[in-house]
Amino acid sequence: MQRIEAEIKEKCRKLLQDGTVDRVIGWTGGLFDYDTAPQVFTAETLDNMVYTEYCGANLSKYLAAETKKDGRILALLKPCDTYSFNQLLLENRIRREHVYVLGVPCGGMKDENGQLLKCSTCKGNEWKAADDTVAADLKVPEAGDRFELIDRLNAMTSAERFSFWREELSKCIRCNACRNVCPACTCIKCVFDNAASGVASKANTDTFEENMFHIIRAFHVAGRCTDCGECSRVCPQGIPLHLLNRKFIKEINELYGEYQAGEAADSRPPLADFTKEDAEPGVVYERGGHA
Amino acid sequence: MLKMRLDKLDSLYRIIADSYRLVAPQEKAGQVEFYPWSEGGQVRLDVLQTVKSAKEYFFPQSETLYHAKLTGKKLDIIPEEIEECPTVYFGVRGCDVRSFEILDKVFLSEPADTWYQAKREQSVIVAAACGNPENTCFCGLFGVDAALPGGDVTTWMDGSFLYWNPVTEKGDRLTEVVKELFEGNADSTEAGTGTDKAAEAEKATDTEAEKTADAEQATETAESVVTALISQIHKKLDALPLTGQLSLDGLDGDHLTELFESDKWAELSKACLGCGTCTFVCPTCQCYDIRDYDTGHGIQKFRCWDSCMYSDFTMMAHGNNRTTQLQRFRQRFMHKLVYFPSNNDGEYGCVGCGRCLKKCPVSLNIAKVIKTLGGEKHE
Repeated sequence: MQRIEAEIKEKCRKLLQDGTVDRVIGWTGGLFDYDTAPQVFTAETLDNMVYTEYCGANLSKYLAAETKKDGRILALLKPCDTYSFNQLLLENRIRREHVYVLGVPCGGMKDENGQLLKCSTCKGNEWKAADDTVAADLKVPEAGDRFELIDRLNAMTSAERFSFWREELSKCIRCNACRNVCPACTCIKCVFDNAASGVASKANTDTFEENMFHIIRAFHVAGRCTDCGECSRVCPQGIPLHLLNRKFIKEINELYGEYQAGEAADSRPPLADFTKEDAEPGVVYERGGHA
Repeated sequence: MLKMRLDKLDSLYRIIADSYRLVAPQEKAGQVEFYPWSEGGQVRLDVLQTVKSAKEYFFPQSETLYHAKLTGKKLDIIPEEIEECPTVYFGVRGCDVRSFEILDKVFLSEPADTWYQAKREQSVIVAAACGNPENTCFCGLFGVDAALPGGDVTTWMDGSFLYWNPVTEKGDRLTEVVKELFEGNADSTEAGTGTDKAAEAEKATDTEAEKTADAEQATETAESVVTALISQIHKKLDALPLTGQLSLDGLDGDHLTELFESDKWAELSKACLGCGTCTFVCPTCQCYDIRDYDTGHGIQKFRCWDSCMYSDFTMMAHGNNRTTQLQRFRQRFMHKLVYFPSNNDGEYGCVGCGRCLKKCPVSLNIAKVIKTLGGEKHE
């Protein structure tokens, strides 16, 4: 990793020097090996940049704000981060000409407790968007079946499933970390922060609100969620929020054909597209739904 | 000083729960938090820290203050009744014990917050010494001694016994309730370790003499075991990675303007997502919002935790006086490290529990702020 870090810094320094970019978004070291934090560097501060196996944070969302500024920012994106990047491009949240993507290699990221959960369903080592890359022969973690838990939840009775989610969601403290870190959550003003919406709330006051916040969010990012796993990574209560999104991904795959959000910046998201093969509303009954 | 075999812990919980509500760290869906205990509950004293502190029992995340009801032209204000519910909080760590004292300064200074006050007064804190402090702990910086956590009763644990030392009158009353489970003598409440009772113990020589020789011996043994435990914990605390790494020098009201205007805030706050994680897991964060809920046939006035990290924090009619995340971020740390101590005789609004170090999604935290802004830089 040290060689990789040196090579990344070298490329950044060159691009800063020749004026291609005027700043770099990467990670900076902390109090311990594992607590790296996203940071924006200039030529003067680039020495503080680190790239280690603890750089799990997905930097693509920061680009929504950073590319609104003048100049051009170099962004270090891991292969999985480029999916979020593409999705943000597709939704016109990022100004492409204001960013230079340097694809950085990844062999799986960890935190103080070991490998990140999101790395257990690694999307592989291919960048889906990059102006340049730093190659390395890092072996990505073996990816398990990402729908395994979804299938198990589907196989439960609705009462069992409800009690699973109640147990998990009752821990929610409405800190909004999942929403604020989510690259698909880029509304300028979230409905839950908008006092005029009538549903704004800072705290869950009952079980309905505990559920509603997450269900609304899952619906809102349906078809747009790249399954980057940041929601579950940041949840201070360890709620497996990614499972809600994965449920939607699986449904979309079954109803509209296989689709991976963020794989290409010019794709037509199934929920924002129409084809004659699209599922009819009546499919609900065929799938065991009730009127 | 009393001692009890650890296999009697369940009996201890049961006997406490007969007279009080017992709240203790328990696991639910993989996370340990303070939950009310009922028969069969597994208390997790092996876990150093709960995700949130027990402050939510005095200052709930959401709390109804009163109901307003309009009948014809008559408006009734119906205050929410304050429940009578004496509660024992079991296994509270030294940092959290201190955090309650900090919250007391805010909520109990005149005019006292009646909702907080009622719940706080009904609390009995059974503090637990930290046998295994973690790398993120830095309570020592704020003068908290994790080996002598205080509370109404202080407890220590080794592999076989729980050692129990009442510190306050509330603690004495709880001890009366549970003492049948303990070896030693309930009248002997002196740890011999520099606690508040040191002076009293000397006066109590007459009572001492009345004890049986066996009990005296047990007590003495317990005291020496606890003394050894305390010194073991001190060694572990001294060896923690943050011990000696952080300095509060210059973090005070005298350097307010300089700190406020520091160009370091931009760098420190750059990655901040503006979520409320740090504020909600923080044992000393105390800000709240007051709102109305339209029930359809009246108004429910409630308050709920607010976070200075949120964009509408302290929103006023004219708008918001902090419009950037840098300003919000600065507010949080200036409050804890500068404004609070300058208004409270030097007492900081942080206890070094390390929860924000563990939970910030992007690894920003108060220790990084102290490391960047504290120390000799202002001399």
